[in-house]
Amino acid sequence: MSGSHGETINVTLKVWRQTSADAPGGFETHQQAISTDASFLEMLDLLNEELNAAGKEPIAFESDCREGICGTCGVMINGRAHGPQKATATCQLHMREFADDDEIVIEPFRATGFPVIRDLAVDRSPLDAIIEAGGYISVNTGAASDANLTPVPKAAADQAFDAAACIGCGACVAACPNSAAQLFTSAKIGHLGLLPQGQAERWSRTEAMVETMEEFFGSCTNHGECTEACPKEISLDFIALMNRDYMKAKVKNRGLAGQH
Amino acid sequence: MAQTTGERYRVAPVHRRSREWPFPLNLYQTAVGRKWVMALTGIGLIGFVLAHMVGNLHVYEGPARMHEYAESLRTIGGGLVPKSAVLWLLRLGLLSMFVLHLHSAISLSRMSRASSEDAGLVSGAKRYAGGREHVAATYASRTMRWTGPIIALFILYHLADLTWGWWLGDDFVAGDPYHNVSTSLSALPVAILYIVANVALAFHIFHGAWSMFQSLGINNPRYNHLRRGLATLLAGLILVGNLSFPILTQAGLIDEDNRTCPIGEVEGNTCLAEEAEGHQG
Repeated sequence: MSGSHGETINVTLKVWRQTSADAPGGFETHQQAISTDASFLEMLDLLNEELNAAGKEPIAFESDCREGICGTCGVMINGRAHGPQKATATCQLHMREFADDDEIVIEPFRATGFPVIRDLAVDRSPLDAIIEAGGYISVNTGAASDANLTPVPKAAADQAFDAAACIGCGACVAACPNSAAQLFTSAKIGHLGLLPQGQAERWSRTEAMVETMEEFFGSCTNHGECTEACPKEISLDFIALMNRDYMKAKVKNRGLAGQH
Repeated sequence: MAQTTGERYRVAPVHRRSREWPFPLNLYQTAVGRKWVMALTGIGLIGFVLAHMVGNLHVYEGPARMHEYAESLRTIGGGLVPKSAVLWLLRLGLLSMFVLHLHSAISLSRMSRASSEDAGLVSGAKRYAGGREHVAATYASRTMRWTGPIIALFILYHLADLTWGWWLGDDFVAGDPYHNVSTSLSALPVAILYIVANVALAFHIFHGAWSMFQSLGINNPRYNHLRRGLATLLAGLILVGNLSFPILTQAGLIDEDNRTCPIGEVEGNTCLAEEAEGHQG
């Protein structure tokens, strides 16, 4: 936007405030004048500076890279995970998406598996637990192997890359009416399960990751809200792949009566 | 609730894993496995509904052919098996599919409910204090938890109405479905009930018949666009076929004005059987 100056809009923010997971929360209303060139998080930064200057507690929210690739940010904006713009993480959302006099409701991502830490920050460590259960490959050699040592078919590389685009922000869980984590888990399982390097642990990984997911999250009913909310537009196709692989994994890893 | 303890996870699990049952029963212990069961039983139930609808179209051929159709259901297997034996096996299969479909649905809803507890719940789905916007979820997908119970209650009513004859009383004649259907559906409230229930069924199938492909992992980029179409077609066929019965009864197309046989379990049914024979001969 060389040389052009954004206009300034006045928005009413209804921000969720909550001091801890166990404390009751509620909305707090703020008026904010903001340039349409500002990002959504910059607007919150400015608001926090004002709160600080007034001796009030700033609003807790998470962010890191602010370029849409780390998955740290993420709030519900007007009832949609990461806000109204498709395929965009909260940090990449800009105020030009809003109009003068808009009311903007900001809430944390909600699920029992995502307890509120403070205000808009939630604990998404259950997603880490799913990764720990099998979201890796084991290479038991000395040094790291050469790049391109293992040929990867183009189709598999493309699909695996689509799945690997998942930044683990948790918007899928937040958007899901069932609080299911199917899209996240299936992206991770699909990413490794489609590549030759992921084959050795494919079936143990699928079983372990799905069952860890089910310790925290709900059951998928194929609404499709997750894909719509996903800043990386991960496809529902990966959920089908996971469902297929999970059944295969249970058959391959089966223990008959008395074998457990 | 966030807990920094010596436990396995930082956030306490919402659902506890129970001891694993032997294969293949362990499939039913997991949500993904239960969705397989829900999808497979759903296929069976859609198959039944479709066959039930097509079979009932015999009503448009008159009381004799309808009687013959009902009778031939009892004599599946011919002389090889006792009368009604195969029908009872089919009924048993149908009943177990219903039980599994219902149990998986109820238990999985409860699981999702527990996973969304902190977010508050409205009609079984997660709620945001500031409201939320649905982008992809259809009316059908969001009302599965309502259309399901409506269908289940309707099936009980339907059995009591046309299988057991509870409400028709003396008007109910076993073995004469044409008479029973036209008597029952000629009452306006009953016709409306059948219409409402079948609209619910169509909504249920509209989402279910699409959703089952995902649950079973049947996903191929080349054919994916056909899945929604198939679900719409199935729901539409079943809706049109099933709605025709109450609507056309109310319109006077299914009535007994031209009936030649007497009404009654003994002489009436014998007459209907003979008339059907006559049609064929």
